[in-house]
Amino acid sequence: MQYAILFYESEADFAARSGPNSESYWGAWMAYTKSMQEAGVMKDGMCLQPPATGTSVRMKGGARKVQDGPFADTKEQLGGLTVIDVPNLDAALEWAARAPSASTGGVEVRPMVGCEG
Amino acid sequence: METESAIQEIARDGYSRLLAIVASRTYDLAVAEDALGDAFHAALRQWPNDGVPQSPEAWLLAVAKRRLVDEQRRKSTRDDAEPLLRAAAELDAIEATGRPDPSSVVPDERLKLLFVCTHPAIDVAARTPLMLQVVLGLDALRIASAFLVAPSALSQRLVRAKAKIRSARIPFTVPESPELADRLESVLEAIYAAYGAGWDDAVIADSPRRELTAEAIWLARVLMHLMPDEPECLGLLALLLHCEARQSARRDKQGNYIPLAEQNTSLWSRPLMTEAKTFLARASRHQRPGRFQLEAAIQSAHASRAFTGGTPWSGIVELYRKLLRIAPTIGGHVAYAGALLQSGNPQAALCELESLAGNEVTNYQPYWAAKAQTLLALGHNSEACVAAQHAAGLTQDEAVRRFLMKLVSSGASLAL
Repeated sequence: MQYAILFYESEADFAARSGPNSESYWGAWMAYTKSMQEAGVMKDGMCLQPPATGTSVRMKGGARKVQDGPFADTKEQLGGLTVIDVPNLDAALEWAARAPSASTGGVEVRPMVGCEG
Repeated sequence: METESAIQEIARDGYSRLLAIVASRTYDLAVAEDALGDAFHAALRQWPNDGVPQSPEAWLLAVAKRRLVDEQRRKSTRDDAEPLLRAAAELDAIEATGRPDPSSVVPDERLKLLFVCTHPAIDVAARTPLMLQVVLGLDALRIASAFLVAPSALSQRLVRAKAKIRSARIPFTVPESPELADRLESVLEAIYAAYGAGWDDAVIADSPRRELTAEAIWLARVLMHLMPDEPECLGLLALLLHCEARQSARRDKQGNYIPLAEQNTSLWSRPLMTEAKTFLARASRHQRPGRFQLEAAIQSAHASRAFTGGTPWSGIVELYRKLLRIAPTIGGHVAYAGALLQSGNPQAALCELESLAGNEVTNYQPYWAAKAQTLLALGHNSEACVAAQHAAGLTQDEAVRRFLMKLVSSGASLAL
């Protein structure tokens, strides 16, 4: 069964990507993804630029509405995701809890469509 | 307000005792929980006006009994209703005695609850959560967080376990020897698992899991009182108290992780350690050693550093050998390797770690942490780096992750 693990990061997390703490930030994420690879569960993964770089678009009554930044102005923003293949939700939650952002922001686990096998 | 706190006190103290009385007569945990839940609701409604009854627990049992009679009327077949009727009649008899405290009429039957919840016919993953819900009345949401499962999945698991108890008629009894030893072990393991589930978060202030360690200790105390002649019950309690004694030494003021061997022993709780020692000494008088007594003895040896200034590593190594003979768990092997390392034998520690099967340890975080420390001690710095990184990737604890990442960078600079 495949699950997407969505990493929601705090403002401090995004800030830590560059600057004096960047080494420990990236080190922790590297350690985490490497563990998933070595366990043979990781199918895919990607890391997103900070939310300020995002642009949102909506069609409203035929007109385009373009907006700077992400849709919802929440405390935690999507910072990246991985797709893992594990037997069940309990196993997926186990991996989710190991993500560095589980301690600093939040992590959501979502089953993928069409990957129930 | 006063009435409300009276009800809360009875709920804390008497809920499991009352539930044991009702459930062991109905064979149906869900029905018993509903009946008792109704009784507490009725108390919240009526007591503020009418005052707390002279015998609150008998009052609660009487309401629960009426609810069972109603339930029996709803059941279509006589077969289903039989136990409910019998239960109602027995509860009547208890109520009729009119004693202020039903526990003076009926024996404490919580032991039966513990044995039912941890019965081998019940899914291993459901046992500890079921025990926490049934015996402590914890809500499913809180239990789900502690065990890192989805709340809906946990609720389903609990419903299934209760259905199994009812449909398979798992008896509400305390098993007799020779079965007792094995069955008791699952009770002890369930309580230990409850403590373990609370342990990781115990250092975080106002974490909902924090109290789980206290609840587990409370259960271990109840169990010890109910089975005073079982040395393993004393052993478990001693083990938990030793761990609990070190709670405030596990992190420094900045929240950094402090390994056991480097903890400031003045922060260890003297009263808890003394209590643990007393229980362990009492257990050893039975001369029936077991897994939990040995684990407690190991922790007791660690505790002696607070009194003597040194840790008796060779004694700890010996205790681990004994423990592994009766309980060869993966965690035991890794801890044994750690003790070998600390006793000045990193080569033996590495051998021990490498003897463990690969697939069993791939995702076992303590293995990689121990391996990193061992390789570092042997001067294999770049390999140590890899192991520390793996350990960091597997931890769920931010402080431990920071500690290990520091190890990674120090290993890397040494490797250059």
